[in-house]
Amino acid sequence: MNVQQKLEILADAAKYDASCASSGAKRSGNGKGVGHSDGMGICHSYTPDGRCVSLLKILLTNFCTYDCVFCVNRISSNIQRARFTPDEVVKLTLDFYKRNYIEGLFLSSGIIQSPDYTMEQLIQVAKSLRTVHHFGGYIHLKAIPGASERLIEQAGLFADRLSANIELPTQQDLVQLAPEKKTAVIESTMNKIALHKDEADEDRRKLPSTPKFTAAGQSTQMVVGATPATDREILKTATHLYGQYKLRRIYYTGFSPYPDADARLPLKPAPLIREHRLYQSDWLMRFYGFTAAELTSEEEPSLSLTEDPKTTWAKSHPEFFPVDVNAAPREVLLRVPGIGYRNVERILSIRKYHRLLIDDLKKLHVRLKNALPYLIAIDHIPHQQPAADEAQPFTQLDLFAPLSALTGSL
Amino acid sequence: MKRILLEPDFNAWREAAREALHLGYLPEELELQDSTVPSTLDLTLELADGPTGPPITAPHTSKSFLESAECAAVHRDPLRWNLLYRILYRLQANRNLLKISVDPDVAELERLESQVRRDLHKMHAFVRFRMVLEPDDLNGRPIVVDESLPTDPNPHHLVLAVPTPFGLNHTALPHCEPDPHATPTPSQPDTCEHFIAWYQPDHRILPLAAPFFVERFGIMRWTILTPDASVSWDPTGKQLAFAPGLPRESAPAEDELEDLWRSYYASIYNPARINPEMMRSEMPVRYWKNLPEISLLPDLLIKSQSRVSDMVTRQQQQPSAQPFVPEDHSLPTLRAALPACKGCELYQHATQVVPGVGAARAKLILVGEQPGDQEDLQGQPFVGPAGNILDRVMAELDIDRSKVYVTNAVKHFKFIQRGKFRLHQNPRMSEISACRPWLLAEIDSIQPNVVLCLGASASKSLLGGTFALMRDHGKILNTPYANQVIATIHPSAVLRARDKESGEQLFQILRDDLALAWHTAQKPALTPV
Ligand code: SF4
Repeated sequence: MNVQQKLEILADAAKYDASCASSGAKRSGNGKGVGHSDGMGICHSYTPDGRCVSLLKILLTNFCTYDCVFCVNRISSNIQRARFTPDEVVKLTLDFYKRNYIEGLFLSSGIIQSPDYTMEQLIQVAKSLRTVHHFGGYIHLKAIPGASERLIEQAGLFADRLSANIELPTQQDLVQLAPEKKTAVIESTMNKIALHKDEADEDRRKLPSTPKFTAAGQSTQMVVGATPATDREILKTATHLYGQYKLRRIYYTGFSPYPDADARLPLKPAPLIREHRLYQSDWLMRFYGFTAAELTSEEEPSLSLTEDPKTTWAKSHPEFFPVDVNAAPREVLLRVPGIGYRNVERILSIRKYHRLLIDDLKKLHVRLKNALPYLIAIDHIPHQQPAADEAQPFTQLDLFAPLSALTGSL
Repeated sequence: MKRILLEPDFNAWREAAREALHLGYLPEELELQDSTVPSTLDLTLELADGPTGPPITAPHTSKSFLESAECAAVHRDPLRWNLLYRILYRLQANRNLLKISVDPDVAELERLESQVRRDLHKMHAFVRFRMVLEPDDLNGRPIVVDESLPTDPNPHHLVLAVPTPFGLNHTALPHCEPDPHATPTPSQPDTCEHFIAWYQPDHRILPLAAPFFVERFGIMRWTILTPDASVSWDPTGKQLAFAPGLPRESAPAEDELEDLWRSYYASIYNPARINPEMMRSEMPVRYWKNLPEISLLPDLLIKSQSRVSDMVTRQQQQPSAQPFVPEDHSLPTLRAALPACKGCELYQHATQVVPGVGAARAKLILVGEQPGDQEDLQGQPFVGPAGNILDRVMAELDIDRSKVYVTNAVKHFKFIQRGKFRLHQNPRMSEISACRPWLLAEIDSIQPNVVLCLGASASKSLLGGTFALMRDHGKILNTPYANQVIATIHPSAVLRARDKESGEQLFQILRDDLALAWHTAQKPALTPV
C-alpha cells in the first residue's frame, strides 16, 4: 500500500473528530526548521461540509482492539485497515507544511497492543518533528486514555495540545456503546494532563526557561445524538469537565451515520442546529457568565432548536430587563440577546465619551431585532417595562467569572 | 483646495500630511490623490486658496493610530489618504477620537483596517507554494536554469523556466549558493529547493504579509509573486528582496505533492454534513483559482449526496421483518402474522416458525437464541435439551414457567444438513437484527418489568453486537427497548461445558442471574435515570 492509499484511509478514519483548531499556542520561528504559530490559528482551506482544514488530521493507524459501537474503527467494523510508519507521518507533515497547506499535525490512533504502546508511537512522531526537524508548527496529539503518567508528560512537552475524548455525555451511554472505555479512565487521563500543565505553568512563572507543557491546553470531544442523553445532561457534563480539568474547549459533534454502522445507532445524523445550540450554550457558560442550570430546566431539558439560548433565557427572566446600555455593568450587558461580548466591550469604551443611541448600536452591528425589547438607549425605551420595585437584577453579579480568550461571538 | 498626488505608500502620505499640518491645511482644503487611480480632474489646475488653519508644528499621533493608518494605507480605496488626514487632524483636538467607533470617520477607518486584516489573514492561509528544483529535474516540472538574461550582464543568473503553451516562461530568481561547508540535515537539505507561489490579494498587502512567511519559512528559499509586486526570501543572507509584479504564468503550474494533498482533501470531510454555504462564506470563490484542491469540489459536492443516500439505503436494505409485523401488537395477532414472515432467508429451510409462549401479562420475558431441532419440529420454544436445563433451574428457584413469557431472538431454526443430522448454526448479526422487530413487538405487547437475554445472540439483539456477555452478565442495564435488561448465559452452554465442574459453575451463573431477574421483575419497574 502506498502513502497515498494510506492517507486516504487514515484521513477518512479521522474525519469524525471535530477538534481542528490550531489556536492558543505561540511559537516563534526557530531558525533551524520550518514553522511557527502566531496563536491565532489559520484555516488553510474549507471542505464541502464547511469545516476548516487547519491541520493534517490523520490516524497513525485505524487498527483498533476496542469495540466502541459509535466508532467506525471498532474491531468489529468491516473496513479497510492501514498503518503509517512514524517516518511517513513526519515526512507528510513537513511536505504539506512547506507548501503552506497546513498549520501542523493532528495525530490520533486506534488502540493497538496497549494504551502505552499506542501513546509511544504517537510520541515518536512528535518527538522526531520537534527534535530532529526542529518543526515549529502546531502539534495536537490524542492522549490515549489509560496511558501512563510518564508518557503523558512526554507527550505534553512536544505537543501544543493534548486531548482525551470523553466520547459520550454520560457514564451510562459509555457502558452501552463503548464497553472498553470507562469515564473514570478517560477522566484520570484528563486529570494527569491538567496536573502536569499546572505544574509546568507554575514552574514557568518562577523560571521562564522551563519548557512549556501543552501550550494550547487540552480539549475533548463529545458525540451528541447517538444516545438519548439530553442537552441538560450534556451541559452538566461540560461544566464538570471545564471545572475539573481546565479544558480549553469541548467539541460537540452531532452523531452522523457512517458506512456499516451498528444497527443500534440512529440512521439519520443529529440535526446540525442542535450542535450549534450546544456551542452557543458553551460560549454563554464560558464567556457570558451563564451556568448550565440556567440554560435548560428539569421540565425542558432540551435547548430550543428555533431560538438561541440567550433569548430563551431572557424571555423567562423579564425581571432582569430592560437594561440601560449607557449605564449597566458589563455582566448585565452580556445577558442582553443580540449583543456579543466584543460589542459589550466596545459599548463600555464608547459610552465614556458618547451617549449611545439606537443608531449607534446599528453601526456596531448589534442584532437589534433580538436586542430592542430588552434594552434602553437614549432614544429608546421598550414597550413593556418591569415594575419599578422589581427584583434587583444586579444580585446576579457574583455569578460572573472574569472573561478570557475573547474570540468569536454570539 | 490644494491637490497632492501620492504614490501608494504610507511614508509618502506621512511626509505629505506632516507638511500639510505644518502649513495649516484644514482637511477640507486638501485633496490627497492616489497616483495609481486614473483621475478625470485636470491635475495641473491649481487653485490659489492657501491654508486657513493654524500651523501645527508638533502634531500629536498615537501608536494605535499609526498602526491602523499603516494598515488602511494599503487598502485600494482611493479616498483613504483624505480620510487618514481628516482623522489625524481631528485627533489633535480630540485624543480619544479613535475610541468612538460610532464616529463616521473612525467607523470608516475601522472598516478599511478590518478589510485589510482579513485580506492579510486570507493571504497567510491561501498562499500555496510550489517547489521547483535545480536543473536535472527529470519530471518535466518547472526548473531553475542557470542562464544569462538579455538585460543582465551577470552570466550566472538563475531563472525559473516554466513550460507554457507559448513556450518557456522565464522568471528571474535570486541566486542559490548552498554553503559548501554545511552538513546537510533533514530540515536543511543541500539542494537548492525553491518554493514559488502566485497570489492575488485584494489590496496592496505584500509588504505587510511578507514577515509572516519569513517567520514561518525562514529556512526555505521562497518567492511570492503578485500582480503588484513580488518578494523573495534568501535564507542564507536573511533578506527580503522586493521586485515588480508578475503575471500568474510566471509561477510553476503544479507541484507533485498536489495529488497527495487533493487525496487528503477528498477524504477528510464528512459527506453526511454537506454545508457549501458555510464553505463559500469562509472561502469565497475569488480565492479558488489559487487552491489546487478546489478542482475536486464540483465532483465532491455531487458525490456526497449519493454517498450518504447509499449509506442509508444500504442500512435500510438490510433484511428486516419490519414489513411483516402487524401494527396491532397483541399476542394473538403477532402469532397469526408470524408464519408469513420472509424478513430474512431463514424461513426457507425451517419446518415452521416458533412463536413465543407464556403469560400475556408476564413481568419477566426470557429471550433465547433461536429454535433448535426439537423446537423446530414441535413449534414450541425451549422444549429440547436446553429447555430441560431451563426447567431445572426454574424448578430450583421455584418459578412457575407459566408465569413468564419465553421466546427467541430469531424465530426460525438455522442449521446445516450433515447426513441425516441437522446441525445447529449460530444466527448472523444481520439475521438477529432482521428478526428484532418481532421481539420488540412482543416486548411492547407484554410490557414486562425485566427482559432476561439467554446467551450471546439474544444479548446482541437487545444490547448490541459488541456486548461482552461473560463480563457484563447479571447487570441490570437500561436500553431503548426495555428499561431493565439482564443478560446471562444460554442454558445450552451448561450442556456443552467441557467438564462437570465448569458445567456446575455455568449452571450457578444461570441460576443466579435468573434469580436476580425474577426478583427484580417482582418490584415495580424503576423509571430510567
Ligand atoms: S428468522 Fe425472523 S426475520 Fe427471519 S424469516 Fe424468520 S421470523 Fe422473519
